[in-house]
Amino acid sequence: ESTSACSGSVDGSLYLMKNQKEKLRMTMPMTLSFCYMALLWLREPMTLSDLLRFVVEGHIPYLNVFQHFPEKMKLYGLDLKIFCVESWPVYEEVYNKMLELAVFLDLPRFPDITDSCFLHPDILCMKYLMEANLPDELHNWTCRVVKKVCIGEADFLTLVPGNKSTRKVKYDVLAAAVIVVVLKLLFLLDDYYEWLLSDFAEERNKNNKEGGPYFEFKKWYKVIKCSLDVKQKKLDEERAKYLWRCEKPLFYSAEKKSKVLKKRQMVVNLQNQFGKLAGSVRPVEKPNPSSFQLSWSEENTDGSCFHGHSLEGILQEKCGLLTAMNPDYWLGTDKLCTEKLCGHLAHYREMDFPQSYHFVLRLFSFLLRIQPSYIHDEVCVIEHKLFNKKLWRNMKYNTGLRK
Amino acid sequence: SSHEHKLNFKKSKEVCLSYIQDAMLQKQWKRAAEFLTSYVESLEKDFSRENVGPSEMIWRIGTEILCHHSYSSMKEFNSFIEQMKTLGVKRYLKVCLEHAFHLLCNGLIDEAYQNLSLAESWRFGEQTAIQDKEMKLIRAYRALLDYYSWCKQKNILLEHGQDGFEALPVEQEMHSCFRKAAVNLKEIIKIPGVWDLFVKCYVDLLEFYGDHNEARQVLNEYAYNSKFPANPNAHVYLYQFLKRHGESKKSLVSALKILHDIVPSHELMIDFNTMLQKSKKRRKRRLGLEVIFAALDYAGWKQNAKAWSCLARQVKQIVTSEKHLDWIKQEWNSRKDWWPAFHFSRYLAKRNWQENESLSYEKALVAGILLGKDCKYFKYVSHQGCKAQVKRFRILKKFVNKHSPVYLRISG
Repeated sequence: ESTSACSGSVDGSLYLMKNQKEKLRMTMPMTLSFCYMALLWLREPMTLSDLLRFVVEGHIPYLNVFQHFPEKMKLYGLDLKIFCVESWPVYEEVYNKMLELAVFLDLPRFPDITDSCFLHPDILCMKYLMEANLPDELHNWTCRVVKKVCIGEADFLTLVPGNKSTRKVKYDVLAAAVIVVVLKLLFLLDDYYEWLLSDFAEERNKNNKEGGPYFEFKKWYKVIKCSLDVKQKKLDEERAKYLWRCEKPLFYSAEKKSKVLKKRQMVVNLQNQFGKLAGSVRPVEKPNPSSFQLSWSEENTDGSCFHGHSLEGILQEKCGLLTAMNPDYWLGTDKLCTEKLCGHLAHYREMDFPQSYHFVLRLFSFLLRIQPSYIHDEVCVIEHKLFNKKLWRNMKYNTGLRK
Repeated sequence: SSHEHKLNFKKSKEVCLSYIQDAMLQKQWKRAAEFLTSYVESLEKDFSRENVGPSEMIWRIGTEILCHHSYSSMKEFNSFIEQMKTLGVKRYLKVCLEHAFHLLCNGLIDEAYQNLSLAESWRFGEQTAIQDKEMKLIRAYRALLDYYSWCKQKNILLEHGQDGFEALPVEQEMHSCFRKAAVNLKEIIKIPGVWDLFVKCYVDLLEFYGDHNEARQVLNEYAYNSKFPANPNAHVYLYQFLKRHGESKKSLVSALKILHDIVPSHELMIDFNTMLQKSKKRRKRRLGLEVIFAALDYAGWKQNAKAWSCLARQVKQIVTSEKHLDWIKQEWNSRKDWWPAFHFSRYLAKRNWQENESLSYEKALVAGILLGKDCKYFKYVSHQGCKAQVKRFRILKKFVNKHSPVYLRISG
């Protein structure tokens, strides 16, 4: 047993040497890339955001995984840098590494994502609509958008490692973005029109005796905002209370062992002492992992579930079809940026956009645990595909774009 | 935006700390304890080079919570502090000292003494030299507790001095306390600073054992050494000492003169004025007038009948002798714009008369001279006084009427 800080696993130091950057090195986040890749190959009903959330919630061993190593495997020295996790896994990083990994393993085209797969936008939109407490009727609209921009096709959705011409699909972000586009189509979300429509729907609801109620944006907003604020606050507190260490501490070398163990003991003592003063008993059992973070039941008599609400309140009949009353649309960006140059396709700043739009982004940002800007990027891409012809036509005649 | 979805160890501890701080500011001790429970982990990665590392944070926050939380006990506090002592050797003596303070605040004097003694015997390589200041403080506070014991022994002797009481062990104990206390008290007051309590105790000890010279030297040093911060109390202690030992008026006056310069509103200004008024030297009497006027510039003295009687006496004396009216004129010059509203309003006249007849009498005299017999204050009070048939007010009225031209001379 060596006592120097530079020992540990036989190739630990080799592993961390800088000139190895070209090669793909196994890291803790990459273990998650592996998991996700496997899930994708098997077409399991779990998105990457779900996976990462389960990791953070502690349902999947990751944080102090070395606790579960066999006794004989002692980690010390540079092993610590490899196995010690001190940050939450980042979506982008895990995703990109997954792509690299698929190429590295020389994998062929993944099994097709068809419209009966969980990851297909039609199915995933349904799930997110339910979670966001939006009317089931919106599903028709999401399917229409999906069809219109051709993002429901197996060729678009299926991962082909190494194929640089196709843009890689983030299923969860895509589905969320589709819903946001649909909301913009129906409600405009310019901080004015949606409220107007809501008042209109409210009026119509007064005379609406048979059938279900018409969907009112205002009511939905109030309910969701309330829940979201509560959940967000809870999440923020959990971030502050997040514990990173475990009973089995790591130490660089045998010399440091006693010091580390003493510190561990002191931390445990202090936790006990102040834990008692904290009053409420900390829940010993973690709640079971759940795919849904928000759930709404139609059995609630307080009218806080909007699944069954009808969109008729905000639609009008035209030539025998129901279309949106809203004739306008604003684009998130005039022109898409190149991802390679600045990492983003669009540039989202909260203050530049209507508050309702930000609210909707915030909702999905919370559900997916990613920054609103990622969803905004995807929304812009879909919009540009949707209004492609119109855009080109408008630009040609120089009528300017509404924003 | 605070809704970041990334998180790492350092960030989560920063956020945790801000939650603790918020909870403490709102006195939510349970909540603070809850978050502190998560924060203590940061000890396991105490690699920070910042000045206030997690261990100091935990010590200070933990102390606050344990002080205020209703369920915590002294025993818990002690156990916590003992752990804190082992956390940071650079802070060891500071923690010991604050622990001792806490014990004293809770009346656990013996425990505090034990702690301080233990800390005194601590040695840790070069840290001992680095923490020299804290060590001196520890010895100084232990010396205070020795003084406290000394007082107790002294009182025992005084109570039982006459009976056939075994005085010897108590005496020996007392002298031993004295020796222990004296050596460390002497040490600490050498360092420039504010050591009021220590100086007082030390002087008390010296006086008891008859070492007046040492006592005087200590007090002089404390008051006059320019390295020490300006401290009115130093002059007060010196003055009190000089008075106790029947020193000359001259030395008493010089001691109080500095006090007047630093704190014109000090309560000893009455004694000072009284002393100065009696002086044969014109300069001293002049100073006395200045002193009493200056004192009454302060709101805290407005209702002080004694102060007003000093001023009244001196004003009366000057007016009667008709010498040095210019002194009053000089003092009044800078005050005539604001003293009338400050001291001599009609409202105050009514209030003073109702609450304190003597006060109103003295003030009326001063008002009558400074503002003339037609001023609101004098008119109201003298009228009320005569109506109530109090003799001195009639005399006062005659006096002011007699000397009314004075007002014209001093107000011009």
